[in-house]
Amino acid sequence: MSNVPSNLRYTKDHEWVKVDGDGTVTVGITDYAQAALGDVTFIDLPKVGRHLEANDVFGTVESVKAASDLYSPVSGEVIAINSSLNDTPDLVNREPYEKAWMIKMKLKSPAELDKLLDSSNYQSIL
Amino acid sequence: MSADLNRTPLYDLHVELGARMVPFAGWEMPVQYSGIIEEHLAVRNKAGLFDVSHMGEARIRGKDAAAFLDAIMTNEFFSLRLNHARYTIMCYPDGGCVDDLIIYRVSNDEFLICLNASNAAKDIAWMKSQLGNWDVEIIDECSQWAQLALQGPLAEKILSTLTHLKLDSLKRFGFLIGDVAGVQNCIVARTGYTGSPGFEIYVPAKQGTEVARAILEKGKPDGLLPIGLGARDSLRLEAGYPLYGHELSEKISPIQAGLSWTVKFTKPQFIGRDSLLSQTEKGVASKVVMYSLNDRRIARPGATVFSGDKAVGEILSGTLSPVLNKPIGTALVATGNNLDTLTVDIRGTHLPLQITQTPFFK
Repeated sequence: MSNVPSNLRYTKDHEWVKVDGDGTVTVGITDYAQAALGDVTFIDLPKVGRHLEANDVFGTVESVKAASDLYSPVSGEVIAINSSLNDTPDLVNREPYEKAWMIKMKLKSPAELDKLLDSSNYQSIL
Repeated sequence: MSADLNRTPLYDLHVELGARMVPFAGWEMPVQYSGIIEEHLAVRNKAGLFDVSHMGEARIRGKDAAAFLDAIMTNEFFSLRLNHARYTIMCYPDGGCVDDLIIYRVSNDEFLICLNASNAAKDIAWMKSQLGNWDVEIIDECSQWAQLALQGPLAEKILSTLTHLKLDSLKRFGFLIGDVAGVQNCIVARTGYTGSPGFEIYVPAKQGTEVARAILEKGKPDGLLPIGLGARDSLRLEAGYPLYGHELSEKISPIQAGLSWTVKFTKPQFIGRDSLLSQTEKGVASKVVMYSLNDRRIARPGATVFSGDKAVGEILSGTLSPVLNKPIGTALVATGNNLDTLTVDIRGTHLPLQITQTPFFK
Protein backbone atom coordinates (compact mmCIF):
# COMPACT_ATOMS: atom_id res chain seq x y z
CA MET A 1 0.00 0.00 0.00
CA SER A 2 1.20 3.48 -0.85
CA ASN A 3 1.66 6.09 1.81
CA VAL A 4 -0.71 9.04 1.17
CA PRO A 5 -0.35 11.68 3.92
CA SER A 6 -3.62 13.46 4.69
CA ASN A 7 -2.03 16.92 5.06
CA LEU A 8 -1.08 17.12 1.36
CA ARG A 9 -2.93 17.67 -1.92
CA TYR A 10 -2.37 15.65 -5.06
CA THR A 11 -2.66 15.56 -8.84
CA LYS A 12 -3.80 12.65 -10.98
CA ASP A 13 -0.23 12.66 -12.35
CA HIS A 14 1.06 11.65 -8.89
CA GLU A 15 2.59 14.93 -7.76
CA TRP A 16 1.98 16.07 -4.19
CA VAL A 17 1.49 19.70 -3.14
CA LYS A 18 2.10 21.07 0.34
CA VAL A 19 0.40 24.41 0.96
CA ASP A 20 2.85 26.45 2.98
CA GLY A 21 0.39 29.18 4.04
CA ASP A 22 2.38 32.18 2.85
CA GLY A 23 1.23 32.02 -0.76
CA THR A 24 3.81 29.40 -1.63
CA VAL A 25 3.64 25.64 -2.21
CA THR A 26 6.14 22.79 -2.17
CA VAL A 27 5.90 20.11 -4.87
CA GLY A 28 7.20 16.56 -5.17
CA ILE A 29 6.12 13.13 -6.41
CA THR A 30 4.16 10.63 -4.38
CA ASP A 31 5.17 7.37 -2.78
CA TYR A 32 3.06 5.57 -5.38
CA ALA A 33 4.96 7.36 -8.17
CA GLN A 34 8.40 6.55 -6.79
CA ALA A 35 7.46 2.90 -6.34
CA ALA A 36 6.16 2.70 -9.91
CA LEU A 37 9.32 4.33 -11.28
CA GLY A 38 11.76 2.16 -9.35
CA ASP A 39 15.31 3.30 -8.62
CA VAL A 40 15.49 7.02 -9.49
CA THR A 41 18.80 7.97 -11.12
CA PHE A 42 18.38 11.55 -12.33
CA ILE A 43 16.08 14.53 -11.82
CA ASP A 44 15.99 17.49 -14.19
CA LEU A 45 14.54 20.57 -12.45
CA PRO A 46 13.73 24.07 -13.80
CA LYS A 47 15.69 27.23 -13.05
CA VAL A 48 14.58 29.45 -10.19
CA GLY A 49 12.53 32.32 -11.58
CA ARG A 50 10.79 30.32 -14.27
CA HIS A 51 7.06 30.93 -14.66
CA LEU A 52 4.92 27.82 -15.01
CA GLU A 53 1.29 27.36 -15.95
CA ALA A 54 -0.67 24.52 -14.39
CA ASN A 55 0.08 21.25 -16.25
CA ASP A 56 3.29 22.61 -17.80
CA VAL A 57 6.16 20.12 -17.85
CA PHE A 58 8.58 21.47 -15.25
CA GLY A 59 11.15 18.69 -15.32
CA THR A 60 11.97 15.04 -15.78
CA VAL A 61 12.46 12.23 -13.34
CA GLU A 62 14.47 9.34 -14.65
CA SER A 63 14.69 5.82 -13.28
CA VAL A 64 16.61 2.78 -14.46
CA LYS A 65 13.49 1.80 -16.37
CA ALA A 66 12.18 5.03 -17.94
CA ALA A 67 12.14 8.82 -18.05
CA SER A 68 8.89 10.52 -16.98
CA ASP A 69 7.80 14.14 -17.23
CA LEU A 70 6.93 16.17 -14.15
CA TYR A 71 3.81 18.36 -14.41
CA SER A 72 3.29 21.58 -12.54
CA PRO A 73 0.22 21.18 -10.31
CA VAL A 74 -0.50 24.94 -10.26
CA SER A 75 0.53 28.19 -11.99
CA GLY A 76 3.25 30.34 -10.51
CA GLU A 77 6.92 31.17 -10.26
CA VAL A 78 9.63 28.72 -9.22
CA ILE A 79 11.26 30.24 -6.14
CA ALA A 80 13.47 27.34 -5.02
CA ILE A 81 14.64 23.96 -6.25
CA ASN A 82 15.99 21.06 -4.21
CA SER A 83 19.57 20.89 -5.46
CA SER A 84 20.41 17.98 -3.12
CA LEU A 85 18.56 15.77 -5.62
CA ASN A 86 21.45 16.28 -8.09
CA ASP A 87 23.76 14.19 -5.96
CA THR A 88 21.22 11.94 -4.25
CA PRO A 89 18.33 11.33 -6.66
CA ASP A 90 17.51 8.17 -4.69
CA LEU A 91 16.12 10.38 -1.92
CA VAL A 92 12.96 10.28 -4.05
CA ASN A 93 12.69 6.56 -3.36
CA ARG A 94 13.54 6.85 0.32
CA GLU A 95 11.69 9.99 1.45
CA PRO A 96 9.34 11.14 -1.31
CA TYR A 97 7.34 13.46 0.97
CA GLU A 98 10.10 15.01 3.02
CA LYS A 99 13.68 15.39 1.89
CA ALA A 100 12.87 14.73 -1.77
CA TRP A 101 10.72 17.79 -2.36
CA MET A 102 11.47 19.10 -5.88
CA ILE A 103 10.38 22.74 -6.27
CA LYS A 104 8.81 25.55 -4.27
CA MET A 105 6.47 27.89 -6.13
CA LYS A 106 4.87 31.26 -5.49
CA LEU A 107 1.21 30.76 -6.34
CA LYS A 108 -0.33 32.89 -9.07
CA SER A 109 -3.89 32.00 -8.16
CA PRO A 110 -4.68 30.34 -4.82
CA ALA A 111 -8.05 29.27 -6.26
CA GLU A 112 -6.21 26.67 -8.34
CA LEU A 113 -5.56 24.72 -5.14
CA ASP A 114 -9.24 23.78 -5.08
CA LYS A 115 -8.77 21.77 -8.28
CA LEU A 116 -6.28 19.46 -6.59
CA LEU A 117 -7.24 16.13 -5.05
CA ASP A 118 -7.33 15.56 -1.33
CA SER A 119 -5.75 12.44 0.12
CA SER A 120 -8.90 10.31 0.01
CA ASN A 121 -9.68 11.28 -3.59
CA TYR A 122 -6.10 10.57 -4.57
CA GLN A 123 -6.13 7.25 -2.75
CA SER A 124 -9.21 6.27 -4.72
CA ILE A 125 -7.40 6.54 -8.09
CA LEU A 126 -4.47 4.35 -7.04
CA MET B 1 -2.78 -7.67 -16.91
CA SER B 2 -3.78 -9.16 -20.22
CA ALA B 3 -5.28 -12.64 -19.96
CA ASP B 4 -3.36 -13.98 -22.98
CA LEU B 5 0.05 -13.62 -21.33
CA ASN B 6 1.86 -16.83 -20.42
CA ARG B 7 2.87 -17.51 -16.84
CA THR B 8 5.93 -19.48 -15.80
CA PRO B 9 5.64 -22.35 -13.27
CA LEU B 10 7.06 -19.90 -10.67
CA TYR B 11 4.33 -17.26 -11.06
CA ASP B 12 2.76 -17.76 -7.64
CA LEU B 13 6.19 -17.61 -5.99
CA HIS B 14 6.92 -14.23 -7.66
CA VAL B 15 3.66 -12.81 -6.36
CA GLU B 16 4.38 -14.19 -2.89
CA LEU B 17 7.84 -12.55 -2.98
CA GLY B 18 6.29 -9.18 -3.84
CA ALA B 19 7.63 -8.91 -7.38
CA ARG B 20 6.35 -6.28 -9.75
CA MET B 21 5.07 -8.24 -12.75
CA VAL B 22 5.28 -6.84 -16.28
CA PRO B 23 4.54 -8.18 -19.76
CA PHE B 24 7.72 -9.33 -21.52
CA ALA B 25 7.92 -11.23 -24.81
CA GLY B 26 4.39 -12.58 -24.28
CA TRP B 27 5.04 -13.57 -20.66
CA GLU B 28 4.06 -12.09 -17.32
CA MET B 29 7.49 -11.75 -15.69
CA PRO B 30 9.01 -10.19 -12.55
CA VAL B 31 10.84 -6.96 -13.50
CA GLN B 32 12.03 -6.37 -9.94
CA TYR B 33 11.59 -7.48 -6.33
CA SER B 34 13.58 -5.25 -3.95
CA GLY B 35 14.96 -2.83 -6.59
CA ILE B 36 17.04 -3.12 -9.74
CA ILE B 37 20.24 -1.65 -8.31
CA GLU B 38 20.14 -3.69 -5.09
CA GLU B 39 19.45 -6.87 -7.06
CA HIS B 40 22.24 -6.09 -9.53
CA LEU B 41 24.76 -5.61 -6.73
CA ALA B 42 23.62 -8.82 -5.00
CA VAL B 43 24.59 -10.77 -8.12
CA ARG B 44 27.95 -9.00 -8.42
CA ASN B 45 28.86 -9.37 -4.74
CA LYS B 46 26.92 -12.38 -3.45
CA ALA B 47 24.32 -14.33 -5.39
CA GLY B 48 20.97 -13.98 -7.14
CA LEU B 49 18.29 -16.34 -8.44
CA PHE B 50 16.46 -15.60 -11.72
CA ASP B 51 13.37 -17.28 -13.13
CA VAL B 52 14.12 -17.57 -16.84
CA SER B 53 11.43 -20.15 -17.55
CA HIS B 54 10.11 -17.95 -20.35
CA MET B 55 13.08 -19.12 -22.41
CA GLY B 56 12.14 -21.94 -24.81
CA GLU B 57 13.70 -25.35 -25.35
CA ALA B 58 13.84 -27.67 -28.36
CA ARG B 59 15.45 -31.07 -28.64
CA ILE B 60 17.18 -32.13 -31.85
CA ARG B 61 17.53 -35.89 -32.13
CA GLY B 62 18.65 -38.25 -34.88
CA LYS B 63 21.58 -39.65 -36.81
CA ASP B 64 22.14 -36.34 -38.63
CA ALA B 65 21.62 -34.03 -35.62
CA ALA B 66 25.13 -32.56 -35.58
CA ALA B 67 25.29 -32.22 -39.37
CA PHE B 68 21.88 -30.53 -39.41
CA LEU B 69 22.97 -28.00 -36.79
CA ASP B 70 26.18 -27.33 -38.72
CA ALA B 71 24.05 -26.58 -41.78
CA ILE B 72 21.74 -24.05 -40.07
CA MET B 73 23.96 -22.51 -37.36
CA THR B 74 26.97 -20.20 -37.72
CA ASN B 75 29.02 -22.05 -35.08
CA GLU B 76 30.32 -25.61 -35.31
CA PHE B 77 28.67 -28.59 -33.62
CA PHE B 78 30.18 -31.82 -34.91
CA SER B 79 33.21 -30.96 -32.76
CA LEU B 80 31.22 -30.14 -29.62
CA ARG B 81 32.06 -32.60 -26.84
CA LEU B 82 29.40 -34.45 -24.86
CA ASN B 83 28.18 -32.55 -21.80
CA HIS B 84 29.32 -29.26 -23.26
CA ALA B 85 27.38 -26.30 -24.61
CA ARG B 86 28.18 -23.72 -27.27
CA TYR B 87 26.80 -20.28 -28.12
CA THR B 88 25.72 -19.73 -31.73
CA ILE B 89 23.71 -17.56 -34.07
CA MET B 90 21.08 -18.98 -36.44
CA CYS B 91 20.96 -16.81 -39.56
CA TYR B 92 18.76 -16.21 -42.58
CA PRO B 93 20.42 -16.43 -46.02
CA ASP B 94 20.90 -12.62 -46.01
CA GLY B 95 22.90 -12.81 -42.75
CA GLY B 96 20.13 -11.40 -40.53
CA CYS B 97 19.58 -13.33 -37.30
CA VAL B 98 16.73 -15.74 -36.65
CA ASP B 99 17.95 -15.97 -33.05
CA ASP B 100 20.99 -16.41 -30.83
CA LEU B 101 21.10 -19.69 -28.95
CA ILE B 102 22.97 -21.95 -26.58
CA ILE B 103 23.09 -25.59 -27.69
CA TYR B 104 23.88 -28.46 -25.29
CA ARG B 105 25.23 -31.81 -26.53
CA VAL B 106 23.33 -34.46 -24.58
CA SER B 107 24.60 -37.46 -26.60
CA ASN B 108 26.20 -38.13 -29.98
CA ASP B 109 22.84 -37.84 -31.71
CA GLU B 110 21.00 -35.49 -29.38
CA PHE B 111 21.17 -31.77 -28.58
CA LEU B 112 19.07 -29.44 -26.43
CA ILE B 113 18.65 -25.88 -27.70
CA CYS B 114 17.79 -22.89 -25.51
CA LEU B 115 15.62 -20.40 -27.45
CA ASN B 116 14.78 -16.78 -26.72
CA ALA B 117 11.22 -16.47 -25.39
CA SER B 118 10.07 -14.06 -28.07
CA ASN B 119 11.53 -16.25 -30.83
CA ALA B 120 10.76 -19.79 -29.64
CA ALA B 121 7.85 -20.51 -31.99
CA LYS B 122 9.57 -18.75 -34.91
CA ASP B 123 12.81 -20.70 -34.30
CA ILE B 124 11.10 -24.08 -34.21
CA ALA B 125 9.12 -23.30 -37.38
CA TRP B 126 12.32 -22.12 -39.11
CA MET B 127 14.28 -25.22 -38.13
CA LYS B 128 11.42 -27.48 -39.30
CA SER B 129 11.36 -25.64 -42.63
CA GLN B 130 15.04 -26.51 -43.11
CA LEU B 131 14.68 -30.23 -42.32
CA GLY B 132 14.81 -31.41 -45.94
CA ASN B 133 16.13 -34.99 -46.03
CA TRP B 134 18.10 -34.79 -42.79
CA ASP B 135 17.46 -37.73 -40.47
CA VAL B 136 16.50 -35.49 -37.56
CA GLU B 137 13.55 -35.03 -35.25
CA ILE B 138 12.74 -31.61 -33.71
CA ILE B 139 10.85 -31.81 -30.43
CA ASP B 140 9.26 -28.74 -28.83
CA GLU B 141 10.00 -28.94 -25.07
CA CYS B 142 9.15 -25.32 -24.20
CA SER B 143 6.45 -26.26 -21.70
CA GLN B 144 8.40 -29.11 -20.11
CA TRP B 145 11.10 -27.07 -18.38
CA ALA B 146 11.40 -24.42 -15.73
CA GLN B 147 14.69 -22.58 -16.10
CA LEU B 148 16.52 -20.96 -13.21
CA ALA B 149 19.74 -18.96 -13.27
CA LEU B 150 21.80 -18.94 -10.07
CA GLN B 151 24.51 -16.32 -10.54
CA GLY B 152 27.13 -14.61 -8.42
CA PRO B 153 30.39 -15.37 -6.60
CA LEU B 154 28.55 -17.43 -3.93
CA ALA B 155 26.43 -19.41 -6.44
CA GLU B 156 28.65 -22.50 -6.33
CA LYS B 157 28.81 -22.54 -2.55
CA ILE B 158 25.00 -22.40 -2.34
CA LEU B 159 24.29 -24.94 -5.08
CA SER B 160 26.89 -27.43 -3.84
CA THR B 161 24.85 -27.93 -0.66
CA LEU B 162 21.78 -28.89 -2.72
CA THR B 163 23.16 -31.42 -5.21
CA HIS B 164 25.25 -34.56 -5.47
CA LEU B 165 26.69 -33.34 -8.78
CA LYS B 166 30.42 -32.58 -8.74
CA LEU B 167 30.28 -28.88 -9.46
CA ASP B 168 33.98 -28.31 -8.82
CA SER B 169 34.82 -30.44 -11.86
CA LEU B 170 32.38 -28.53 -14.07
CA LYS B 171 34.13 -26.14 -16.47
CA ARG B 172 32.60 -23.06 -18.08
CA PHE B 173 30.03 -24.16 -20.70
CA GLY B 174 30.05 -27.68 -19.29
CA PHE B 175 26.87 -29.26 -17.95
CA LEU B 176 25.78 -32.23 -15.83
CA ILE B 177 22.46 -34.01 -15.41
CA GLY B 178 21.33 -35.00 -11.93
CA ASP B 179 19.58 -33.96 -8.74
CA VAL B 180 19.00 -30.46 -7.38
CA ALA B 181 17.14 -30.08 -4.09
CA GLY B 182 16.02 -33.68 -4.36
CA VAL B 183 14.56 -33.25 -7.86
CA GLN B 184 16.02 -35.68 -10.41
CA ASN B 185 16.82 -35.09 -14.10
CA CYS B 186 17.86 -31.47 -13.71
CA ILE B 187 20.41 -30.05 -16.15
CA VAL B 188 23.03 -27.91 -14.40
CA ALA B 189 25.23 -25.87 -16.74
CA ARG B 190 28.06 -23.51 -15.84
CA THR B 191 26.70 -20.77 -18.08
CA GLY B 192 25.03 -17.43 -17.54
CA TYR B 193 24.01 -14.04 -18.86
CA THR B 194 25.45 -11.79 -16.17
CA GLY B 195 29.25 -11.83 -16.43
CA SER B 196 29.43 -13.17 -12.87
CA PRO B 197 30.16 -16.86 -12.21
CA GLY B 198 27.21 -19.18 -11.81
CA PHE B 199 24.84 -21.75 -13.23
CA GLU B 200 21.78 -22.15 -15.38
CA ILE B 201 19.53 -24.95 -14.17
CA TYR B 202 16.83 -26.71 -16.19
CA VAL B 203 14.24 -28.25 -13.90
CA PRO B 204 11.22 -30.37 -14.91
CA ALA B 205 8.45 -27.72 -15.00
CA LYS B 206 6.32 -29.15 -12.20
CA GLN B 207 9.24 -29.07 -9.75
CA GLY B 208 10.46 -25.59 -10.72
CA THR B 209 9.00 -23.80 -7.72
CA GLU B 210 10.21 -26.48 -5.31
CA VAL B 211 13.82 -26.09 -6.51
CA ALA B 212 13.60 -22.28 -6.53
CA ARG B 213 12.32 -22.25 -2.94
CA ALA B 214 15.13 -24.54 -1.82
CA ILE B 215 17.78 -22.31 -3.43
CA LEU B 216 16.25 -19.11 -2.01
CA GLU B 217 16.15 -20.62 1.47
CA LYS B 218 19.66 -22.08 1.31
CA GLY B 219 21.10 -18.87 -0.11
CA LYS B 220 19.40 -16.43 2.22
CA PRO B 221 22.09 -16.43 4.93
CA ASP B 222 24.66 -15.64 2.19
CA GLY B 223 22.67 -12.66 0.94
CA LEU B 224 21.10 -14.31 -2.09
CA LEU B 225 18.18 -12.31 -3.54
CA PRO B 226 15.55 -13.10 -6.18
CA ILE B 227 16.42 -11.08 -9.29
CA GLY B 228 14.06 -9.61 -11.89
CA LEU B 229 14.39 -8.80 -15.56
CA GLY B 230 15.47 -5.21 -14.84
CA ALA B 231 18.74 -6.30 -13.23
CA ARG B 232 19.09 -9.09 -15.78
CA ASP B 233 19.30 -6.35 -18.43
CA SER B 234 21.79 -4.14 -16.54
CA LEU B 235 23.96 -7.18 -15.71
CA ARG B 236 24.12 -8.43 -19.29
CA LEU B 237 24.87 -4.93 -20.62
CA GLU B 238 27.77 -4.49 -18.18
CA ALA B 239 29.10 -7.85 -19.35
CA GLY B 240 28.66 -6.89 -23.02
CA TYR B 241 26.20 -9.68 -23.92
CA PRO B 242 23.78 -9.05 -26.80
CA LEU B 243 20.00 -9.28 -26.45
CA TYR B 244 18.01 -10.37 -29.48
CA GLY B 245 15.85 -7.50 -30.74
CA HIS B 246 18.46 -4.98 -29.58
CA GLU B 247 22.05 -5.82 -30.55
CA LEU B 248 21.03 -8.71 -32.85
CA SER B 249 17.99 -8.89 -35.09
CA GLU B 250 16.75 -9.76 -38.54
CA LYS B 251 18.38 -6.46 -39.54
CA ILE B 252 21.62 -6.70 -37.50
CA SER B 253 23.97 -9.56 -38.46
CA PRO B 254 26.49 -11.27 -36.16
CA ILE B 255 29.27 -9.52 -38.09
CA GLN B 256 27.75 -6.11 -37.36
CA ALA B 257 27.19 -7.12 -33.73
CA GLY B 258 30.87 -7.96 -33.24
CA LEU B 259 30.16 -11.69 -32.92
CA SER B 260 32.40 -12.89 -35.78
CA TRP B 261 33.91 -15.41 -33.37
CA THR B 262 30.63 -17.36 -33.53
CA VAL B 263 30.78 -17.62 -37.34
CA LYS B 264 32.89 -20.52 -38.60
CA PHE B 265 33.79 -19.88 -42.23
CA THR B 266 35.88 -23.05 -42.06
CA LYS B 267 32.57 -24.86 -42.58
CA PRO B 268 32.04 -25.18 -46.37
CA GLN B 269 28.34 -24.40 -46.17
CA PHE B 270 25.75 -23.05 -43.73
CA ILE B 271 22.76 -20.75 -44.05
CA GLY B 272 23.96 -17.14 -44.32
CA ARG B 273 27.59 -18.06 -45.10
CA ASP B 274 27.84 -16.19 -48.41
CA SER B 275 26.33 -12.97 -47.03
CA LEU B 276 28.36 -13.06 -43.82
CA LEU B 277 31.57 -13.75 -45.75
CA SER B 278 30.85 -10.84 -48.05
CA GLN B 279 30.20 -8.60 -45.00
CA THR B 280 33.49 -9.71 -43.50
CA GLU B 281 35.48 -9.11 -46.69
CA LYS B 282 33.79 -5.91 -47.93
CA GLY B 283 32.87 -4.40 -44.58
CA VAL B 284 29.45 -3.56 -43.12
CA ALA B 285 27.42 -0.34 -43.30
CA SER B 286 26.99 -0.08 -39.54
CA LYS B 287 28.33 -1.67 -36.39
CA VAL B 288 27.26 -2.17 -32.79
CA VAL B 289 29.38 -0.25 -30.26
CA MET B 290 29.32 -0.08 -26.45
CA TYR B 291 29.29 3.28 -24.71
CA SER B 292 29.14 4.96 -21.34
CA LEU B 293 27.98 8.50 -20.51
CA ASN B 294 29.53 10.88 -18.02
CA ASP B 295 26.08 11.99 -16.93
CA ARG B 296 23.10 10.77 -14.93
CA ARG B 297 20.70 10.67 -17.88
CA ILE B 298 20.11 7.29 -19.51
CA ALA B 299 20.02 7.10 -23.31
CA ARG B 300 16.97 5.04 -24.26
CA PRO B 301 16.62 2.68 -27.26
CA GLY B 302 15.80 4.68 -30.39
CA ALA B 303 17.59 7.87 -29.31
CA THR B 304 19.60 9.37 -32.20
CA VAL B 305 23.39 9.27 -32.31
CA PHE B 306 25.15 12.22 -33.96
CA SER B 307 28.56 12.92 -35.41
CA GLY B 308 28.65 16.72 -35.42
CA ASP B 309 25.18 17.67 -36.67
CA LYS B 310 24.78 14.55 -38.82
CA ALA B 311 22.62 11.67 -37.56
CA VAL B 312 24.77 8.53 -37.85
CA GLY B 313 23.02 5.95 -35.70
CA GLU B 314 20.72 5.06 -32.87
CA ILE B 315 20.79 3.69 -29.34
CA LEU B 316 19.96 -0.05 -29.12
CA SER B 317 20.06 -0.54 -25.32
CA GLY B 318 20.57 1.76 -22.36
CA THR B 319 20.60 1.42 -18.61
CA LEU B 320 22.43 2.58 -15.50
CA SER B 321 25.49 0.54 -14.57
CA PRO B 322 25.31 0.16 -10.79
CA VAL B 323 28.98 -0.90 -10.74
CA LEU B 324 30.24 2.18 -12.64
CA ASN B 325 27.39 4.33 -11.37
CA LYS B 326 26.84 5.83 -14.79
CA PRO B 327 24.71 5.16 -17.85
CA ILE B 328 25.93 2.50 -20.28
CA GLY B 329 24.54 0.81 -23.36
CA THR B 330 24.95 -0.03 -27.01
CA ALA B 331 24.42 1.88 -30.25
CA LEU B 332 24.32 1.02 -33.95
CA VAL B 333 26.64 3.50 -35.70
CA ALA B 334 27.34 3.91 -39.42
CA THR B 335 30.92 2.87 -40.19
CA GLY B 336 33.45 5.53 -41.14
CA ASN B 337 32.61 7.96 -38.35
CA ASN B 338 35.08 9.12 -35.74
CA LEU B 339 33.98 7.19 -32.65
CA ASP B 340 35.68 9.70 -30.35
CA THR B 341 33.30 12.55 -31.17
CA LEU B 342 29.86 10.90 -31.16
CA THR B 343 26.99 12.38 -29.17
CA VAL B 344 23.50 11.20 -28.28
CA ASP B 345 20.40 13.38 -28.26
CA ILE B 346 18.58 12.99 -24.93
CA ARG B 347 15.50 15.21 -24.92
CA GLY B 348 17.27 17.94 -26.93
CA THR B 349 20.63 17.82 -25.14
CA HIS B 350 23.60 16.33 -26.99
CA LEU B 351 25.79 14.33 -24.59
CA PRO B 352 29.19 12.89 -25.60
CA LEU B 353 29.30 9.08 -25.89
CA GLN B 354 32.43 7.44 -24.49
CA ILE B 355 32.89 4.45 -26.81
CA THR B 356 34.60 1.37 -25.38
CA GLN B 357 35.82 -1.87 -26.95
CA THR B 358 35.87 -3.98 -23.79
CA PRO B 359 32.92 -4.89 -21.54
CA PHE B 360 32.41 -2.79 -18.42
CA PHE B 361 32.46 -5.86 -16.20
CA LYS B 362 34.69 -8.87 -16.74
